[in-house]
Amino acid sequence: MEEVLLNIQDLYTEYNTDHGLVQAVNGISLKIRKGETLGLVGETGAGKTTTALSILRLIPDPPGRIRSGKIFLGDQELTACTEKEMQKIRGNRISMIFQDPMTALNPVLSVGDQIAEVVRLHEKCSRAQAQERGCQLLELVGIPANRYKEFPHQFSGGMKQRVVIAIALACTPELLIADEPTTALDVTIQAQVLELIASLQEKTKTAVLLITHDLGVVAEVCCQVAIMYAGEIVEYGSTEEIYHNPSHPYTIGLFRSIPSVDRKVHRLQPIAGLMPDPTALGDGCPFAPRCPKCTPRCQEKRPPIMQLEGEHQVKCWLFAEGEEES
Amino acid sequence: MYRYIIKRILMMIPVLLGVTFVIFSMMYISEGDPARMILGEGAQESEVEALREELGLNDPFLTRYVNYIKGIVTKGDLGTSYVTGRSVSEEIFDRWPTTMLLAVLSVLLATAIGIPAGIISATKQYSIFDNLAMVLALVGVSMPNFWQGLVLILVFSVYLNILPPSGFYGPIYWILPAVTIGTSTAATITRMTRSSMLDVIHQDYIRTARAKGLSERVTITRHALKNALIPIITTVGLQFGRGLGGAILTESIFSIPGLGKLMVDSIKARNYPVVQGGVLFIAIAFSIINLVVDILYAFADPRIKSQYQSQSRKKKRSTTQEKAGEAA
Repeated sequence: MEEVLLNIQDLYTEYNTDHGLVQAVNGISLKIRKGETLGLVGETGAGKTTTALSILRLIPDPPGRIRSGKIFLGDQELTACTEKEMQKIRGNRISMIFQDPMTALNPVLSVGDQIAEVVRLHEKCSRAQAQERGCQLLELVGIPANRYKEFPHQFSGGMKQRVVIAIALACTPELLIADEPTTALDVTIQAQVLELIASLQEKTKTAVLLITHDLGVVAEVCCQVAIMYAGEIVEYGSTEEIYHNPSHPYTIGLFRSIPSVDRKVHRLQPIAGLMPDPTALGDGCPFAPRCPKCTPRCQEKRPPIMQLEGEHQVKCWLFAEGEEES
Repeated sequence: MYRYIIKRILMMIPVLLGVTFVIFSMMYISEGDPARMILGEGAQESEVEALREELGLNDPFLTRYVNYIKGIVTKGDLGTSYVTGRSVSEEIFDRWPTTMLLAVLSVLLATAIGIPAGIISATKQYSIFDNLAMVLALVGVSMPNFWQGLVLILVFSVYLNILPPSGFYGPIYWILPAVTIGTSTAATITRMTRSSMLDVIHQDYIRTARAKGLSERVTITRHALKNALIPIITTVGLQFGRGLGGAILTESIFSIPGLGKLMVDSIKARNYPVVQGGVLFIAIAFSIINLVVDILYAFADPRIKSQYQSQSRKKKRSTTQEKAGEAA
């Protein structure tokens, strides 16, 4: 088994807003091995993007901050790095593709310059070399190099996302965080972009943290899946384990709410209720109010992480048989 | 792009015609007889009448206006000053360098203070620096120029005796008036820079820049500032235009022989040709500054540049409209 590249241990991230303390990420632990793709799945507001920004230490401060927990990239503890050290890591060893390509590029700089900039920053090279590499990267993501001098407003959404991907891959990072890279794009372009990421990943052996709320996308490209709910990872396992044996009631609910081709379903079953208010998370399981299998214990105490077969883990009292009840 | 500039210059013509018409009408309906002002209170009625006839003051309004415009267009003649008998353009060009110098100095000073202060305020929002800068900016815009000028004279000329209180003979004389005019300008620029930068630094592409590993300094100067520049350019341009019109009160307080003082003196003396010429001159200066500001936009933002280009392209081939839409 490949060695662990990214290791998040018990991470807590919170935002101190006017409406109270928002507990966006509550004690998540994750591991990504070299070259592996992990899908981080959850609804809007589950804390996926906050997790990603925590890894890059780009949580806007104020109002946000990492309260506790450790993040390691290889042997290096990111949570203990100075800002200077982080600047050497960002865009170089870890890079990120953002959700909305329309706003992710600087409108007043040419796309080529925006790619070359990151090359020049991390790989000590001349302006001309950086420009040449910028052209290569454009070609790599399927944009003719003669559009180097053009500006973002001259590109379509899909092409902008390709430019964002070129920027992210410019320095062949060890970890690529893709934050809903296809959400803002047309379905036809989505597949192209995912394919592009997958093929580039194969060439460069980059590990990918794919943030999405699309279980179809996950099935297609990920080897591991983490299901996130209200700032916690409620279920974790290999893609097969999760898809063949979804265990957490939330995961089961998620699968029920997507249409299937081979099952005859009259109505999709949405998960009733809404995500809990992140400023007022109680002591119990955050999913308890919406859970069809909720027990009194669920409302009182947060469930521990239970190990199922293999790497499959679930955070639910239903699997805590034999655990002392207290 | 050149097409756009030429179009804009042509568009200045109706604007300037309008300005001359309005100011000419205002002078026409205002009280007082220039002929009597020139000859003095003791002059004979017949002498005044003769002078009125000579100056063309008895002609109907439209005839006078058309003659005036004709003079400007054919001979570049703005008329003759009733008071000194010199040509109006000479009078204006005598005074203009002083006003120009003052405007340039005050805007340079204001920009040098305002832009950095605004940037620091925005990047360290709600810090002590930010709060202090915003209070000072509020004081700066609220303080009346004439009062501030007097206070500066009192402190630096009367008590400390290190700077001259009036006149305009060399660099040391420039300091107090430039500071007086520059203060409110600096305050305005600071506030504009701050709000514009705050708007930009919360944009996604700034996060992208940080995620590339760029230092905060590069992120702010290369990625944020250029995007925040449009409102700042507008403010600086407007303030400069205002300065070119002559700071009337400041020039009076410091006894500076600039355009503002010339205008005030001419209005008092019913010296119509000088007032009209002066207003026309200020209008031209303002139009040129506006044009320069609009051209600078194109350099700050490529989206505006392609808009300018597509505007001129549209005329060439109005059939292919999708192309223009694509560029916009």
